[in-house]
Amino acid sequence: MSATYTDAPVSHSLEARGLSVGYRQGKKVLKVAKDIGFTLQKGGLSAIVGVNGAGKSTLLRTLGRVQPPLSGQIFIQGNALGSIRDRDLASQLSLVLTDPIATRNLSVLELVSLGRQPYTNWIGNLAPEDREKIQSAIQTVGLEPLQFKKCYELSDGQLQKVMIARAIAQDTTIILLDEPTTHLDLYHKVQILTLLRDIAHKQGKTIVFTTHEIEMAIQLCDTMLLLDNAGNPFGQPCQLIADKRFDTLFPRDLIQFDADTGAFRVHKSAHDTQK
Amino acid sequence: MQRNKTYRLPFLLLSLALIFCLALNASLGSVSIPLKDTLSALLGGPLEQESWRYIIWNYRLPKALTALMVGSGLSLSGLLMQTLFRNPLAGPFVLGISSGASLGAALLIMGASLLSGWFGTLLLTDVSVTIASSVGSLLVLLAVIAVAGRIKDTMALLIIGLMFGSITTAVVSVLSYFSEAEQLRQYIFWSYGSLGHLSWPQLALLGSVLTAGVLLSVLAIKPLNGLLLGEHYAKSMGISLKKSRFLIILATGLLAGSVTAFAGPVAFVGLAVPHLTRQIFDTTDHRVLLPAVLLYGAILLLLCDTLAQLPASAYVLPINAITSIIGAPVVIWLLLRKRKMIF
Repeated sequence: MSATYTDAPVSHSLEARGLSVGYRQGKKVLKVAKDIGFTLQKGGLSAIVGVNGAGKSTLLRTLGRVQPPLSGQIFIQGNALGSIRDRDLASQLSLVLTDPIATRNLSVLELVSLGRQPYTNWIGNLAPEDREKIQSAIQTVGLEPLQFKKCYELSDGQLQKVMIARAIAQDTTIILLDEPTTHLDLYHKVQILTLLRDIAHKQGKTIVFTTHEIEMAIQLCDTMLLLDNAGNPFGQPCQLIADKRFDTLFPRDLIQFDADTGAFRVHKSAHDTQK
Repeated sequence: MQRNKTYRLPFLLLSLALIFCLALNASLGSVSIPLKDTLSALLGGPLEQESWRYIIWNYRLPKALTALMVGSGLSLSGLLMQTLFRNPLAGPFVLGISSGASLGAALLIMGASLLSGWFGTLLLTDVSVTIASSVGSLLVLLAVIAVAGRIKDTMALLIIGLMFGSITTAVVSVLSYFSEAEQLRQYIFWSYGSLGHLSWPQLALLGSVLTAGVLLSVLAIKPLNGLLLGEHYAKSMGISLKKSRFLIILATGLLAGSVTAFAGPVAFVGLAVPHLTRQIFDTTDHRVLLPAVLLYGAILLLLCDTLAQLPASAYVLPINAITSIIGAPVVIWLLLRKRKMIF
């Protein structure tokens, strides 16, 4: 199956056209973000950034078919997302969400093994090939010493890695992660993001995540999507910097983007008012 | 792989314990029959008194088998509910499913008297009581699920389950107010829970409904494991939520409904046994837990029933009281050890 996708004429792994995302409540439509368009190739790490409430998570959940789009189209390897069956989608796209997992009584190994569900038989027996993939997923994130621990014994950073390992074990070309670095300290944020970049580059996966760590994303991502409610620019971080797209991302009364360092600076005047 | 556990030893020990409890249960009762003769009667050997054979085959063995099936059925439905609702306190009793069965039974037993004459008595067969309680429990379960779809907070869901129970109790009170002493008595005895009145054909019926429930649960093992991560993850791993939810609800309705119909409400077994099982089987995999709760539930209820029949006396205590006396402290104990309360 997968062979037909890799050499298909459309090599775009994930593509969105004129996408609007949000919520429907009865007849009321709450549009969170609109006019979103991007094309992702295989083997890249991409970040979705924006201010609070810009629709990062809503967009990610729409891409992962957790919720339906309001309008526009999403294509996965050239196929419209809406036309793919749940079971087929499960072998093409995996998720790491912010939802807390229902039970933390699972062992790391058990949790990662669940990632093989799309491939196992009716009762979920693991074939030798499944066991190999599970072990290699655990190795990729470096969790071998912890694999028999229960999830309630893990720190937030370790649990995040377990969830990433589960997504890797699911063996999909696309992995979507919703805020994988929240609640983590600076070191572990970098650790998770470099891990994701390695996986994307070495295993040829398309990895998309939402984040508030704009500066870190600029350094580590291949492409970024800025949800700024003004065209939602998409491109390489350096290109976005050159186009001055970060300058207008936040209201400019407190912080300012410094193109030379690729970081945000707090205004001098803001310092003064604090004093 | 070091940890590809099959849990052979615990399963073997539990099976032996089950056989022992079955024999113990069958050998104790108002008439004293030695264990040796009990086994001999079961295996078709010679006996000191031939009447013992009748007692064992027509009274004690059906009762022991009822206890076995009731224990297994309730425990499995508890396990299904805990995973479906992702709540360690879920069980057929807490979520008002047993109350639904009670309502069905009450409507039939007491409502049938309103339909005077032969038509009313015709309605009141064991099969119809079973159907009525199954329908009752299924309806409450569907109502709980409908509410569950709107409410994400599981604690709120439990309270709603309790409210369904209260409504049921109220309706039953109204019914009892208008019904005749005879029917009221019949219903109250039904609500005590009883394992000792089933005939072989009734046992066969209970057995087949339970088997259907167990088979449906076996089909739901993979979705159940997926649901351990929550519904979004389960769906993203290719599980059809609609189908598996329906499967699990149907299985629970069959298991809890038929048990409550035949044996009356039996409290706490469904809630406590899955937790007790997890103390022995250190896993969340339903491929292991499902057979384990079946065994454990059967053993526990056989023991409770052995206690309830007060060995060497003619008294039989209501089984529902015994399971509550044992079950409620277990739940309190589990809550005190909060860490283990995660399911």
